[in-house]
Amino acid sequence: MSLSRRRKMLPWWFALPGLLWLIVFFAVPILNQVSVSLMSGDPEKGYELTWSFATYWDAIRDYHAQFTRSFGYAGAATLIDFVIAFPLAYFIAYKAGRFKGLWLLLVILPFFVSQVMRTASWQLILNDQGWLVARMQDVGIVADDGRFLATGKAVIFGISYNFLPFMVLPIYATLDRIDRRLIEAASDLYCSRWTAFRKVTLPLAVPGIFAGSLLVFIPACGDYINSSILGSSNTTMIGNVIQSKFLNILDYPTAAALSFILMGVILLGIAIYGRVLGTKNLTELAG
Amino acid sequence: MATQTLPTDPAAPHVPGVAPSAGAPRRDREPGRGRRWLLGVWSTLAILFLVAPILFMIVFSFNDNQGRFNFEWRGFTLKHWADPFANADLAKALENSLLIAVLSTVVATAMGTLLAIALVRHRFRGRTPTDFFVFLPMASPEVVMGASLLAMFLVLGVGTGFGTILVAHIMFSISYVVVTVKSRLEGMDPHIEEAAKDLGAGEVSTFFRVTLPTIAPGVAAAAVLAFALSIDDYIVTSFNAGQTQTFPLYIFGATKQGVPPQVNVLSTMLLILVLGLMLLNVVVQRRLAARDRAARA
Repeated sequence: MSLSRRRKMLPWWFALPGLLWLIVFFAVPILNQVSVSLMSGDPEKGYELTWSFATYWDAIRDYHAQFTRSFGYAGAATLIDFVIAFPLAYFIAYKAGRFKGLWLLLVILPFFVSQVMRTASWQLILNDQGWLVARMQDVGIVADDGRFLATGKAVIFGISYNFLPFMVLPIYATLDRIDRRLIEAASDLYCSRWTAFRKVTLPLAVPGIFAGSLLVFIPACGDYINSSILGSSNTTMIGNVIQSKFLNILDYPTAAALSFILMGVILLGIAIYGRVLGTKNLTELAG
Repeated sequence: MATQTLPTDPAAPHVPGVAPSAGAPRRDREPGRGRRWLLGVWSTLAILFLVAPILFMIVFSFNDNQGRFNFEWRGFTLKHWADPFANADLAKALENSLLIAVLSTVVATAMGTLLAIALVRHRFRGRTPTDFFVFLPMASPEVVMGASLLAMFLVLGVGTGFGTILVAHIMFSISYVVVTVKSRLEGMDPHIEEAAKDLGAGEVSTFFRVTLPTIAPGVAAAAVLAFALSIDDYIVTSFNAGQTQTFPLYIFGATKQGVPPQVNVLSTMLLILVLGLMLLNVVVQRRLAARDRAARA
């Protein structure tokens, strides 16, 4: 091999191990899953590829409620996380001063404790006789004789909790990168603080908000940890269905079809969302 | 757009309260103290929300609990800390988790770092599609990845267990390593590597003596991330675990009958361990930077 040819191949040698791993254990399984979703048969006799597209329609017909619930919960959690995260990220970026590092450490602290453990902790904190539920009854969030666990609210609460850092970090990163002189320039040009925020800071933070929303929404759609630990059979999400179809009922085609419907809707959502937030007329969005 | 914000336009809706005749540029009045105070309170509450279950976990590792459920305070005890491995299944699950996390971190960090270097430093054909492909696993719900992988193992007749968990963890960690290392590489001046080559260093020695030391903090951060992702994973693992227990799988199973306090103890220990590793990383980086400055002076 000539030297120049070897140099040309070099990036491929660097990329090869990781790429190969992703192809064999990510791409091939997903493609295989496509063929599984088009099989028919039953758990005893096995499944055969029959190009049975009907599985998809059956899956939508039987589980549209769980799909709607998943997207609803994930959407609500994304919104709640944005409301909690934006002021926090703003505070850390602009007002935390020399304690910035400490604040950021506290934001990522939950990553060092297993998600299942944290959710289990909430399950105990939110127990029916607990202090927190009693306070919520006082305020009226929970009916006086009602419970918080095993409701949709509890699942949304859990999802919001679990993915909050994923909203804070990208928003913080974009806010921190904004050139302060732009905001100064805005106030030099007679912008009030609020207008400067609305017309300069917020539009420049849009990429972070976009990234944060996706980082919360995508895993939230497929999540079933919160629904299993904090919810009940009335809060079943699509992740629960896929998991039980796959591991308990052994109905692989339906599980596969459900996975692809989930992924398809998510990708479509990302595309539309990107179109809306990614437009050049961000100024319009801001005001 | 611009005409709207011109301060000379008295009808401009965006500059309320500003007289068009105002001579000197208006400096903002002292920012609303109240608003800043509110922002601080909001942020403190948000952080409290984030750490509340962790504090609960730590406090209740000292609880002298009665019965299966550990949520009512029954007095202080050190007995769970004295014997954190009392439960053999739990100890085994933790051992599996730690071993898988270490192995998958090493492999994924190595592969991901090389891949990141190829993507940033070389203009090769197929770079953009590769970039997109590497991003895909991060955009896929875990339940889809886990189920697909299991389906493939079933088709191939591969028994699930320790090995398949390891394979899965390496798979979902690679992309995160690539992204982390890439951002470090993009901030690095490529001329340094060119200078090394101009001074006669070969491809290999440039890599080990110039590229790798420069991106080391990024690689270390990626490794910490990969470790955290692996030791925490429930969803992908639950599909590919077979009969093998990991720490999160054990806890998930235990939520139905009550989580034993040893779980609190071990989780707290893990938290201290990871915080310690992070602190060590920061200290080492600072030392190295100080040494560099001293060498240059």
